[in-house]
Formats: sequence, structure tokens, C-alpha cells
Amino acid sequence: MTVKSSVEIITEWDIVAARQLGRNEAKALGFGTVDQARITTAISELARNIYLYANIGFIEVERVETEAEKKIVIIASDKGPGIKDVRKVMEDGYSTTGGLGAGLPGVKRLMDSMDIQSIVGEGTIIRTEKRLC
Amino acid sequence: MKELEKQYKKILSDYMIDKTEKNLYIGQNFIRQLIQKNVSPEDVVSIHKNAIAQIFPDRIKEVQSAYDFLIEVMVHYGMAHREHQSLLQKQAEFEIEMNIATNIQKTLLKTVIPQLSSVDIGMISIPIRKMNGDYVHFLQDQEDYLSVAVTDVVGKGVPAALCMSMVKFGLETLEYAYKDPSYVLEVINRVIEKGVDDSMFVSMFYGCLDIQNNIFSYASAGHEPALHYRANENTFYSLEAKGLLLGVLPEIKYSYNKISLKEQDIVIIMTDGVTEFRAHDDVNSREMITSLIAEHKHQSAQQLCNLLHKEIERIQDFKLSDDFSVVIIKKK
Repeated sequence: MTVKSSVEIITEWDIVAARQLGRNEAKALGFGTVDQARITTAISELARNIYLYANIGFIEVERVETEAEKKIVIIASDKGPGIKDVRKVMEDGYSTTGGLGAGLPGVKRLMDSMDIQSIVGEGTIIRTEKRLC
Repeated sequence: MKELEKQYKKILSDYMIDKTEKNLYIGQNFIRQLIQKNVSPEDVVSIHKNAIAQIFPDRIKEVQSAYDFLIEVMVHYGMAHREHQSLLQKQAEFEIEMNIATNIQKTLLKTVIPQLSSVDIGMISIPIRKMNGDYVHFLQDQEDYLSVAVTDVVGKGVPAALCMSMVKFGLETLEYAYKDPSYVLEVINRVIEKGVDDSMFVSMFYGCLDIQNNIFSYASAGHEPALHYRANENTFYSLEAKGLLLGVLPEIKYSYNKISLKEQDIVIIMTDGVTEFRAHDDVNSREMITSLIAEHKHQSAQQLCNLLHKEIERIQDFKLSDDFSVVIIKKK
């Protein structure tokens, strides 16, 4: 079974709505408090990136429940400027010089896996998931 | 995680009862374990929350949300912590690579000091960082000719070392043309100007000694002037030669000068790490060097090099501010 919901990110308060959606879904799936906080923080970071750099985009949250696995999938998509060098933004310290700990590598560590598709001038799609074990 | 939670709960409840320093010490040792196992800050808060829930089951309701808030906040702290750890690991990898590169450089840019019967040669080259931005190169044709290049890349560390290997290979391709200092500098200038980016400049002092005829000819590309000690006059002369740094402009002509080198004469070629005392502007370094050499002129060329290094290091409180290289040539 897959349940899909999404939030459009336009204003800063939409980040809060995206967080709420993610937390509800994570909770419903059975994640503990700490993992709920991690998933929410990941969504928060992705939504913030959309708000800051792409202006408009979507956060989609998928709750996947099959016999084989239970996982939450987050898809952040925008039609913003795109990422020129994906490998570089995945390097620690690149976007966070000063060590604020955010950035995409941080999000990846909060989740289990991350996939980035980006075309300069067209936009970015980031898909990240976390399994419940 | 379950086992850790159990241990933590035990340590915490012991402390709640006894409140002694020993309890705290045990707690610290336990945290050390958690750090080793890479347990993140938010997990530690969660462990604490669960322990409190078990120790004070009727009171947890009041504070539960406060703990949840702290977990939320700590997730971000944990992100920063993990990034920090991953950067530390990266740094360790760089360190290893750097050591390998340093070793390669040492092998690649190893200076072999020629042993001649009528000329005593000494050399010392000490890098300030891991990689040396100075380089000394000798070429020799039996007991007839000895030439020496003393180079200093403007800049230090890895970029300087990379540039230096180019200088070395440039010098090695010269083969029999090495007797003409002007020609040598012109060729090396072309090599550097073409091959290295615009921000990289190299200074070089090049000298060639005609051993049979006792003539030392030299040219300089923006390098620190060498010193010539004339034994029969007991006086030092500066070996000046005009010339632009290597790598600035493509076609440059360098002029050269000649001196005659008599018995017991000494030539001292240095990089600016030897003569520039950054923290001691009041010291006249060339005066200091000449009086030191004059005082110990009977020592061997290598002994003089070592002495200079020791003395200058002492004056600078053992904190040299630049790569340090000296070549001393003494006519026997």
C-alpha cells in the first residue's frame, strides 16, 4: 500500500506544513520519536532549499507499506535554477562552511538513501527514503 | 541500543540515589562508550528520556514534551556533529596523501652533492612546511665543470613543489648547454612561462665553475645576490646580476658576469629564507652571515652550511618563516 500526499512550498510557513505532513506519516508508519524528528528535519531542510533557491516547489511524502518493507519516501521537486555540480553539493563542508551541519549530505545521513536529479535551468528532483526496521 | 539504555538507566538511577562524584565519573566513562559507538546526540536525549520514564513513571507525563522538544533540537546538533566527523575523516585521508606526496617529492627532488678533489661543496635545504619550495640542483662534468642552480618558488607547499619538479626536469634536459648561465635561465624561463599558471614565479641563481681555469660565471633571475669571499683580501663581495623572475614574460634575455675564484675563496648562494628575518627587522642578515663565515672560514663547506642554519634558526627563535637553503662552494 502506498499513500501519497504533497505540500506546495511557496512561503516560509509552507515549510511548517510539509514538516507536519512528514511527521504525521512517519508516526502513522510506526517510526519512534527520534526518527520522526530526523525525518521531519530532513523535510525541513529540503523545503527550505526550495523556499530559498527555487521559490516554488513541492514536497511529496509517500508512505510505503508492503509485506517486504515499510518505508517513508520524500520527494522534493522544483523548477528552480538547478544544481550545476551535484557531486560538489554532496561534499561535506561545501554548503555549510562554518559547520552548521545542514546541507544535502546532512539530509542524506538523517535518511537512508538519496538520489538527486538536476538540470541547470530546469529544476531539481531529490528523492530520499528511510526504512523502518 | 536496548543494552545501552539498560546500562544508562542503571547509572542514572544510582546517581539519583547516591549523588556522589563516583557516579558522575562512571557516567562519563559510559558517554565515552557512546561516542565510540557513534551514538548521536538526539539518541542520547532519547535514552535519557526513556530512563526517566522508567525511573519516574508517574512524573514523565509532565516533562515528556520537553524531552521531545530537546530531541528535535538535537537532531540538528547531531547533523553538525556527523558532518564534523566526516570532515575529520577526510582530513585524515588528506594527511595520508600528503605524506605520500612528500615522499615522492623527496625522491624526485633529491639533491646529490658532487664530490670533487679541488672544490669543497656544502648544501642544506630545510622546508618550513612538509613540502620544499626551494630546490638545489648540481651538474658536473668530471673535474672540469661544476654548475649549481639555487631556486625558490614564490609560494610554499604543494603548488611550489609541483612547479619545482618542472624546473628540475627543465634543468636536466639542458645537458651540455649548462655552461652558459644566460642560456640556462632563458630556457627555464620559457619552460615555466609556458607550463605554469600566471601566479607562479620562480627566482633562480645559476652559476657555473670552470674548475681548470678558476672562473665562476653566474646569472640571476630575481634571486637573492650570492656572496663571494676573497681570501687574499679577506673581504666579501656581493654577486649581483640583473634579471627578471622566471615565468613572468616569455622572451627575456639574461646577462651574466664572471669572477675568478682563487684558492680558499668561498661562494655562498642562498634563498631569501636565509636573509629575511621577518620578526627581526633590526638584524642586518648579510652582515651577520659574512661575519659568521669569516670567523669560521677554515671549516668545511658543509660545516659552514650547518653552522649558518643553526645560527639563523637561533636568532629567529627556532621559528624560521620561509624555506631555508644555502649552497657553499669553497676552492681548495
